Amino acid sequence: MIPLFAEAAPLNAASGSSLFLKLASVDYIILAVYFAFVLGIGWVLRKYLKTSADFFESGRSLPAWVCALGFIGANLGAQEVIGMAASGAKYGISTSHFYWIGAIPAMVFVGIFMMPFYYGSKARSVPEYLKLRFDEKTRGLNAITFAIMTVFSSGISMHALASLLVAILDWNYNWCIVISSLIVLIYILTGGLTSAIYNEVLQFFLIVLGFLPLVLIGLKDVGGWHGLMSKLEPNMTHSWSYMGNTASNPMGVEWFSLVFGLGFVLSFGYWCTDFLVIQRAMAAKDMNSARCTPLIAAIPKMLFPALVILPGIIALGLIQRGGFTLPHAADGGPDFNMVVPALLSKYFPNGMLGIGLTALMASFMSGMAGNVTAFNTVWTYDLYQSYIKPNATDHHLVTVGRVTTVVGLIISAGCAYLAREFNNIMDMLQLVFGFVNAPLFAVFLLGMFWKRATGHGGFFGLLLGTVSAAIFHGLSIPAGALTGIKGGWIAPHWVFASSMAQNFWMAIAAFASCFILTAAISLATTPNRTDDQLRGLVYSLTEKPSTEGAAWYKRPAVLGSLVLLATLVLNIIFW
Amino acid sequence: MQLDVRLPMGLLFLTLGVILTVYGFTSDPAIYAQHSLGENVNIRWGIVFFVFGAIVFFLAKKKKA
Repeated sequence: MIPLFAEAAPLNAASGSSLFLKLASVDYIILAVYFAFVLGIGWVLRKYLKTSADFFESGRSLPAWVCALGFIGANLGAQEVIGMAASGAKYGISTSHFYWIGAIPAMVFVGIFMMPFYYGSKARSVPEYLKLRFDEKTRGLNAITFAIMTVFSSGISMHALASLLVAILDWNYNWCIVISSLIVLIYILTGGLTSAIYNEVLQFFLIVLGFLPLVLIGLKDVGGWHGLMSKLEPNMTHSWSYMGNTASNPMGVEWFSLVFGLGFVLSFGYWCTDFLVIQRAMAAKDMNSARCTPLIAAIPKMLFPALVILPGIIALGLIQRGGFTLPHAADGGPDFNMVVPALLSKYFPNGMLGIGLTALMASFMSGMAGNVTAFNTVWTYDLYQSYIKPNATDHHLVTVGRVTTVVGLIISAGCAYLAREFNNIMDMLQLVFGFVNAPLFAVFLLGMFWKRATGHGGFFGLLLGTVSAAIFHGLSIPAGALTGIKGGWIAPHWVFASSMAQNFWMAIAAFASCFILTAAISLATTPNRTDDQLRGLVYSLTEKPSTEGAAWYKRPAVLGSLVLLATLVLNIIFW
Repeated sequence: MQLDVRLPMGLLFLTLGVILTVYGFTSDPAIYAQHSLGENVNIRWGIVFFVFGAIVFFLAKKKKA
């Protein structure tokens, strides 16, 4: 989960809504067929699963395109499908900044510049890279915060799925939690990471082929993109033209904080350091495939706004035209989290409705599975093997991984109930996750590109960066908000036009302080790694990976440039 | 040699394609007027799913051979 999506997250999707989807037997058959395949994949893969490397790293054997779709599928969770449509309805096409500025450049950067260190070092996880590069305590800090965040994220995903199904199908909440966890549990236990990635690939195509008809029919209904433009305010159908100041666009942000806060700090902090996505690339069969993974993933990613944001804008156009309404949210306004279910109900007859629902459930479950596989790896390698039983046998580690999967899912389910009972606790946790994530990229950047960065520098830089994010939050507040969870709990010193703007500036402040502190503390302490130990971990001491002999479309630099060029073109088209 | 993901993926989309198309031919046409602007989306997308599944399945088989 990307913390910066928190605002759009459907924490209590559709409480008290009156929208129901009426399923026919064909829809249930489609759902059953999908689940049979999901479980079947795990079952077939079980015989290939022998070592801990198979279970946690897919034996580093997968082709680039499979890893790439897993990379994108793991990220395409609940928050994205429901939340991005909701943001599309709230903010219009400007939401695409979360893709074109907030994802693509970072994905290109991680593929070209950072993957050689992740894949090339002997690290099996992102925290383990931090151990090799900095020291044990930096790894410990990152591993513990990451493990906590992933189980909670998976719990939030589970809760979002269950409460949505309760609202639109009147299913039983408890059964939704039990069945979705059991399915995820079974296919991870039997097939490990490979099973999770394969299911992410399936789910990717289901989402694309399931939502494409929805978008096409909806677009036809509202008279195409031009029909939409004529119905809506111009700041809803232009992504950059109204970014000059915070008052002229619905997001309440301006271009500087957008480019630096979202496009640089938050985006690079997520895509370049989050083990959930990096794990998919590290499962690739060789260095070049690992580097190409995020680059290939960037191609569908840049087109996703058409699938996930456009439905929100279409819904808005339909509301303007009349004859289409969304259920009301708790505050009396339209409940934008219901955009996707409402459109499914409007445009999909039984049959396609089953496909749409399957795609939706698939997205929730793969988001959950992504978190769980990242969690069991970090727990087993970075916490269990490092602190509890360093000389565990390989067989023992696989057992630990399996037990961890069960425990992780039980904790997630617990979090789902927690989220259901105490909405505020979840808001608070997401806030804390934001503090942890904001400074992260500064430490990785210095670690990878400056060999003088030391263990103490990395650890205290990270810790104090997180503290400074919290302090910034305590001193700032979005206009009109009450002090407390929205900020201002020290003193509401700086007022921002929106909580998104506050979030972006908080990220900039946390990054800057983490960067300066890590650098300063490093210079004040003696290096704890020799040049020899840093070989393969730091840019200046590592041989550039050779792409000699690879076809042009398999060369990361070429692929990356093409992706950036295409993204630029998309920005210009929707400027 | 691991399982090629294209094998189950091809089979899944072939199966879904068949279900959608068959349902499209046997269902009451009124549901399409009510929902999808009169288009029989089940037949149309059933065929798309089927063709996509067939291509993916064929690619997996071809590589194996």
